[in-house]
Amino acid sequence: MAELHTLTAHELADQMRRGAVSAREIAEATLARIAAVDERVKSFVTVTPEAALAQAREVDERRARGEALPPLAGIPIALKDNLCTRGVRTTCASKILDNWEPPYDATVVARLRAQHAVFVGKTNLDEFAMGSSTENSGLFVTHNPWDLSRVPGGSSGGSAAAVAAREATLALGSDTGGSIRQPAAFCGVVGLKPTYGRVSRYGLVAFASSLDQIGPMARDVTDAALLLQAISGSDPSDATSAPVAVPDYMQALRPEVKGLKLGVPREFFAQGVAPEVEAAVRAAVDRLVALGAEAEEVSMPHIDYAFPAFYIIAPAEASSNLARYDGVRYGLREPASDPTTMMERTRDAGFGAEVKQRIMLGTFTLSAGYYDAYYLKALKVRTLVKQDFDRAFERFDLLVAPVTPTVAFAIGERANDPLQMKLADVCTVPVNLAGGPAIAVPCGFHAGLPIGLQLMAKPFAEETLLRAAYTYEQATDWHLRAPAL
Amino acid sequence: MTEFEAVIGMEVHAELLTASKMFCGCPTTFGAAPNTQVCPVCLGLPGSLPVPNRRAVEFVARTALALHCEISPRSIFYRKNYYYPDLPKGYQVSQYGDDPIGRNGYIEIVVGGQTRRIGIRRCHLEEDTGKLFHVSPQTSEVDYNRSGVALMEIVSEPDLRSAEEAREYLVQLRAILTYLGVCDGKMEQGSLRCEPNISVRPKGSAAFGTKTELKNLNSFRAVSRGIEYEIERQVAVIRAGGQVTQETWRWDETRQVTAPMRSKEFEQEYRYFPDPDLVPMVFTPDWVQTQQESLPELPRQKQLRFQEQYGLPAYDAQILTETRALADYFEAAAARHADAKAVSNWVMGELLGRLNAASLDISESKVTPEGLAGLLDLVANGTISGKIAKDVFEEMFVSGKAPEAIVQEKGLTQISDEGALATTLDAIIAANPKEWEALKGGKEQLTKFFVGQVMRATKGRANPQLVNDLLKQRLAS
Amino acid sequence: MRITSEYVGQIGRLSRLALTDAEKERLTTHLNAILAHFERLQELDTTQVPPTAHSIPMENVFRDDTPRPGLTPAEATAAAPESAEDMFVGPRIVET
Repeated sequence: MAELHTLTAHELADQMRRGAVSAREIAEATLARIAAVDERVKSFVTVTPEAALAQAREVDERRARGEALPPLAGIPIALKDNLCTRGVRTTCASKILDNWEPPYDATVVARLRAQHAVFVGKTNLDEFAMGSSTENSGLFVTHNPWDLSRVPGGSSGGSAAAVAAREATLALGSDTGGSIRQPAAFCGVVGLKPTYGRVSRYGLVAFASSLDQIGPMARDVTDAALLLQAISGSDPSDATSAPVAVPDYMQALRPEVKGLKLGVPREFFAQGVAPEVEAAVRAAVDRLVALGAEAEEVSMPHIDYAFPAFYIIAPAEASSNLARYDGVRYGLREPASDPTTMMERTRDAGFGAEVKQRIMLGTFTLSAGYYDAYYLKALKVRTLVKQDFDRAFERFDLLVAPVTPTVAFAIGERANDPLQMKLADVCTVPVNLAGGPAIAVPCGFHAGLPIGLQLMAKPFAEETLLRAAYTYEQATDWHLRAPAL
Repeated sequence: MTEFEAVIGMEVHAELLTASKMFCGCPTTFGAAPNTQVCPVCLGLPGSLPVPNRRAVEFVARTALALHCEISPRSIFYRKNYYYPDLPKGYQVSQYGDDPIGRNGYIEIVVGGQTRRIGIRRCHLEEDTGKLFHVSPQTSEVDYNRSGVALMEIVSEPDLRSAEEAREYLVQLRAILTYLGVCDGKMEQGSLRCEPNISVRPKGSAAFGTKTELKNLNSFRAVSRGIEYEIERQVAVIRAGGQVTQETWRWDETRQVTAPMRSKEFEQEYRYFPDPDLVPMVFTPDWVQTQQESLPELPRQKQLRFQEQYGLPAYDAQILTETRALADYFEAAAARHADAKAVSNWVMGELLGRLNAASLDISESKVTPEGLAGLLDLVANGTISGKIAKDVFEEMFVSGKAPEAIVQEKGLTQISDEGALATTLDAIIAANPKEWEALKGGKEQLTKFFVGQVMRATKGRANPQLVNDLLKQRLAS
Repeated sequence: MRITSEYVGQIGRLSRLALTDAEKERLTTHLNAILAHFERLQELDTTQVPPTAHSIPMENVFRDDTPRPGLTPAEATAAAPESAEDMFVGPRIVET
């Protein structure tokens, strides 16, 4: 039998059902793997072995009583450290939270608890999810399991690295402008950004509220679907969660793309996309066509403007969302004799350079004199981008694009070139503005580093995404490769 | 010398009487122990999200309709960004721009017999802040129980011209709010807060002067005095050749003066933008119609009805309708006692006088409407005199006993027995021969002396009319 | 549009960030680079385009006015840098 930490969630669930393995054995194997490799990969901010083993024990007790358990019972899951966990520190990889322990669980965490999933720990991220490499973590840098000198992508770099390094069977990430898909592509795993409103944001520490979505990161499409199923659905605590029924995503997992119409928007290939990435993505399109899909080039003229619009909207919302870190109720405080100075010192000491820059940018674009020229303009451009997607989805079931213009870059390579760094998100940002779902699946390698294929669908069409991604995955073996650690 | 007139606009904040806060389920009980009514949402904990209270929205819409406002077909929440220790998220969820829930309405006020229409610019929904306590020279403390309580803001046009009008505006507004049951109107507890902005200009001028904002007005008295003081101050500044500067002044209740607040270090820049955590509110004409139909009789309508139905003077009707509780009290008493004017006199005189002196609300009165009507019945049927009635009322006010029981217990029944009173009177005449001769000789003011002596001898229980009659009989004989 | 280091200082105060002169200089350079990148948006005529604040349109999401228990004062103040007798404590406010 293969080592337990190398199995997928659906494989582990099968084995547990057959009684071949216990939840405790799975948890122990996963914790052992973390102990063995995390010193090098550094995926985790916090590992919670005692809690994980206690959760596993409960699963085994229930199994012993003959209870029917939900699909994720006993499955080891890592949580991005911007998801609130009751009594377990939630850092957002920021010094300003100063090891804050939330008194409540995020809705997704509560839902997974109810499924008796086993939480192994909290993963590293760019501070407050602002970044594309996890180098902006205020705590430490995470390494790409395929090449430890390279970044894992970001901001959900810890979750992507943990899944790729087999330190967790599944992980949750959050995606504001590509923060699930881009690290998934860099680390060769599956990452899905659900439709805005599909998954409750309650308990996700906000970066940009109108763009943030929590989503699954997994080793294959089936596992991603299992995790998506567990976290989806409207939540009375999130006014933006959509009152739309959740379908059975397992039903979407069938190798069937005959007649599926794929749009290939040329703008996504124009923006500095490396030849090897373009070649791999186009080969994936060819493969889907060979499997019965139909593909056609399409133009989405406003895609080029999505990036600047995103970089106005997201920092504007962030500047307001991060105003609560003022040293009064929780987190860091730098003492001073008056509140204004206390707040200024606390925020100066607690926030990293990237976060400060985005707060400053957002404060600027929301200021009365500049609101119309920047923020309002960006919201209007967002309308144009969304209209591009709406028009494309009148003709196509899915849009196909690269996830990232290049494979994972070296740690430190882009640290001094913020704009270049942000360009890593250029292919992922547009669909965040439009709201629909998108998935990243492995579609090749270059110089030993994974390349990702991005599929985008219209709002609430996650099933179509999963079906196409599953079909492609079953016809290829990229997802079966593992990094040597 | 130039005559000046004041130009006053009112900004009123009313805490809504919802059971839970604006964006979370925390209770809103006033005076609870510190930080006992808080949760992740109203503490602004990372990751928490707001979900608006439906009833709060209905309350604001109904108020807007009662103020003759139009309802915006689509209304959204904005974030008003600023830093303060009592503001847990670093922004207040509020409304902004041209889509508040209600806009362009008016209130009618009557001052000096003149009816005036005061424009309402906007009526919107927001959330309250926490409360700060300055306990030591080095520290301030925060209690977030109030944080997130549903707050309605009502902004008038600068249509008011005197402190008296401003006060009457506030009285009428509070009446409307309490009638709707959307706010308890308690200024001293801060559930109704008023911040006038005041400027003065030469009478007849159309231009506006520089305005100041006045804060910390915690009672109607403070509103009147504060505004009067500020108007005089501004006029004095201008008369002395100076200029009024745009700033915020604070009413000092102890010293009865206005004092400038420390000016902000730099100009406020609130960076309003639509709150991405909240979705638009859309009000259909059907929904607005339903809200309109649910409105109760409002103070102005009730005033006119009281004048009509009970034959009361406008002044009485205005006072009695200031709160719904008072109007209901009056109507309950008037339903049991036929002389509505007598009921009105007693309610406005004795009852309100004693309640105000004891700082009690009408709802806390031990004298029930039934009790008051019973007391007036006793006067009307001659069981007790009006003078005794005041003593009985006092006892009722303190003990809450029924008037009949008090009269019974204390033996206060009026003496209308002619024989007994004649005996008493004759004894007094016999004891005061000089006065009696003088009265007979035409010194009519001595009538009072004899009646008074009888009243004293009977401990006030003698029927004064009967004593008068007996005296006249004896003078005529 | 270019912003000055002085204006960056003003935004810093508005953002409650105590910035050193070096930070101000660095931010001025970076912000101006980003603002230059935004200039391309001016190529688009958006006068007739409505803004999109939410990508998935929704309206009228409310909760019932039902009180629910929240946190205890001890839970509420557990993470406070300073607290006393269930109150959050901070430096004295001089305004008012």
